[in-house]
Amino acid sequence: MAGIPHDHYEPVTGGEKWLHRRLPVLGLLYDTLMIPTPKNLNWMWIWGIVLTFCLALQIVTGIVLAMHYTPHVDLAFASVEHIMRNVNGGHMIRYLHQNGASLFFIAVYAHIFRGLYYGSYKEPREVTWIIGILIFVLMMGTAFMGYVLPWGQMSFWGATVITGLFGAIPFVGEAIQTWLLGGPAVDNATLNRFFSLHYLLPFVIAGLVIVHIWAFHTTGNNNPTGVEVRRASKEEAEKDTVPFWPYYVIKDLFALAVILAVFFAIVGFMPNYLGHPDNYIEANPLSTPAHIVPEWYFLPFYAILRAFTSDVWIVIAANWITGGIIDAKFFGVVAMFGAIAVMALAPWLDTSSVRSGKYRPQFKWWFWLLVIDFFVLMWLGAMPAEEPFATFSLIASAYWFAYFLVILPLLGVMEKPLPVPDTIEDDFDAHYPPKGEASGSAAPTPAE
Amino acid sequence: MIRKITLSAVVALGLASPAFAAGEAPKVTDYDFSFEGPFGTYDQMQLQRGLQVYTEICAACHGLQYVPLRTLGDEGGPHLPEDQVRAYAEFYEVFDPEIDDFRAAKPTDHFPGSALENAPDLSLMAKARAGFSGPYGLGTNQLFKGMGGAEYIASLLAGYADPPECAAESEIEGSYNKVFTAGGFPDECKYEDGNHKVEGSWIAMGQPLWGDDVEYEDGTEATLEQAAQDVSAFLMWTAEPKLNARKEAGFIAVVFLIVLSVLLYLTNKKIWAPIKRKDTYPAE
Repeated sequence: MAGIPHDHYEPVTGGEKWLHRRLPVLGLLYDTLMIPTPKNLNWMWIWGIVLTFCLALQIVTGIVLAMHYTPHVDLAFASVEHIMRNVNGGHMIRYLHQNGASLFFIAVYAHIFRGLYYGSYKEPREVTWIIGILIFVLMMGTAFMGYVLPWGQMSFWGATVITGLFGAIPFVGEAIQTWLLGGPAVDNATLNRFFSLHYLLPFVIAGLVIVHIWAFHTTGNNNPTGVEVRRASKEEAEKDTVPFWPYYVIKDLFALAVILAVFFAIVGFMPNYLGHPDNYIEANPLSTPAHIVPEWYFLPFYAILRAFTSDVWIVIAANWITGGIIDAKFFGVVAMFGAIAVMALAPWLDTSSVRSGKYRPQFKWWFWLLVIDFFVLMWLGAMPAEEPFATFSLIASAYWFAYFLVILPLLGVMEKPLPVPDTIEDDFDAHYPPKGEASGSAAPTPAE
Repeated sequence: MIRKITLSAVVALGLASPAFAAGEAPKVTDYDFSFEGPFGTYDQMQLQRGLQVYTEICAACHGLQYVPLRTLGDEGGPHLPEDQVRAYAEFYEVFDPEIDDFRAAKPTDHFPGSALENAPDLSLMAKARAGFSGPYGLGTNQLFKGMGGAEYIASLLAGYADPPECAAESEIEGSYNKVFTAGGFPDECKYEDGNHKVEGSWIAMGQPLWGDDVEYEDGTEATLEQAAQDVSAFLMWTAEPKLNARKEAGFIAVVFLIVLSVLLYLTNKKIWAPIKRKDTYPAE
């Protein structure tokens, strides 16, 4: 594997040598676990472990739930109640799975914004970034289909609204929608295929996670300075890095334990806090709930979807130019998916020569405005589609696109970045000055 | 929306005659239930009283189709002795496809579903009607005040009142309820702008509790408020039967994770100390 020079696994015992000649799996584990990692990583670099944990938690709890769940429109709701009442520990497993989705998205949003601030998407980590966005999209699909499975009112009507989006595609929309649903409306065929895909996609995600890790283990981790690890020699690299084990494993596990303490407090004391009460009513195709609201993690993109109504000039223009093919509904769908697509394009839209936002005085303002914009969109997604929220949504959506399509390209040219430290070691020493000046080149001495 | 906010502000200041926007959040009384807060648990006696109210009054029309009868004997629930659960089950008739006939229910059966078609099943009503929104609608009140579903049910049961004067000429069906907002509303009681002159709306269910509807075995006086709260607590249990076990598991997990966090914090500090060139770290 290319990357930062470091010690590789050497089989010692006879058994190890025997296995290593046939399958170098211990070498792979060793190289993965001992990967040289920049020693200046801050607390925003813990989300990867949290996300890995979430994926494992969701797969384990999900497999157990699938043992007791029945994907049939007449039985699904009752089978979830069966899990909640009769299965040993079923109520905890189900609440862990339900709230685990929220923890997953909290972590993924923190992870994404970390990447956006420190320029983790920039050369040479574009592939890591794009695979990350793919994982995010798959997570959204998986979460959406999972939410349909309990077959409550919100499950049913959420599925109806979201699959209806595909119906907005010109010419082929209706056919695609029917194909997705397995019929003219959300029904048993839909529930069955959503269950099947909800079981499949997490394993696709797991595969992509391995590729994601492989990619950034090849390029090396980014770090708060955005300066690359020196890799001319092993000695030089060791001044900038520490091995992942034990330094970051323990640090990440500490962060995970703190986060899980909060998570278990929510699961134990208010497990329905993030849910919608209407989903405790069995799906009824004849009764539409007053407000159909998606789960909180979809709200920012849901707000973008609804922002582009038929009275917005850009929608009118698109409609006129395409001779009515692109209507407001389709425009909204394109905008929603486009909001994710522009994130994937960030590596090429950001023209700055400096990677980390830490050394970009103007970028910082625009970045934090984007974070605020994200939360504003989340709030707007939960509001009814009426004034003044419609106007706010339009402004907030416009900023989302402007950040990626206008601000990132221009800022790289116009902004004068601050001086960047020469090495990671310099940055680290500035925080933790070497003692005395005792022979500056000495490697950190082990504890006595 | 802005107008709604302004209107309610004006009302709050008492500067105008009362107006209630249609579909406004119901005025739910915040009763104190024993199962609120991180350490709140069900009151076994209250659940038994609630079961009595449910059985003697609600069960005439409503059902509890998701609730197995045997769970009445569960710890953390009404916790009836086994023979009482058996005797209680026989009170109901269920259809048994094996003998193709009705027979007396056994503890392994569920409560029957609703007897009346338009009477909703009550198994999950306390969760389906949850709705406490805390500061800025964040709902964080749930941690200390519960989900609010039991409060809603108790408020609704105690929310029946004589129909307002404006509806005297109206032919609207149902009973006037100050808390129920999802029902019919006579035009006579609307202002010209569509806002309502009185709170609540008209509900199909006639007033079920009047006070002294049941005679409690434990001697508690069965006032309207008491019975309403008891049956609401019982319905909270039917909706969330594992609440006690869940909170216990949550508490153990949180304590365990806090201890683990402290240990990992100290470990982390110690292994990083030489890297960060710090002399002082916890002694061995």
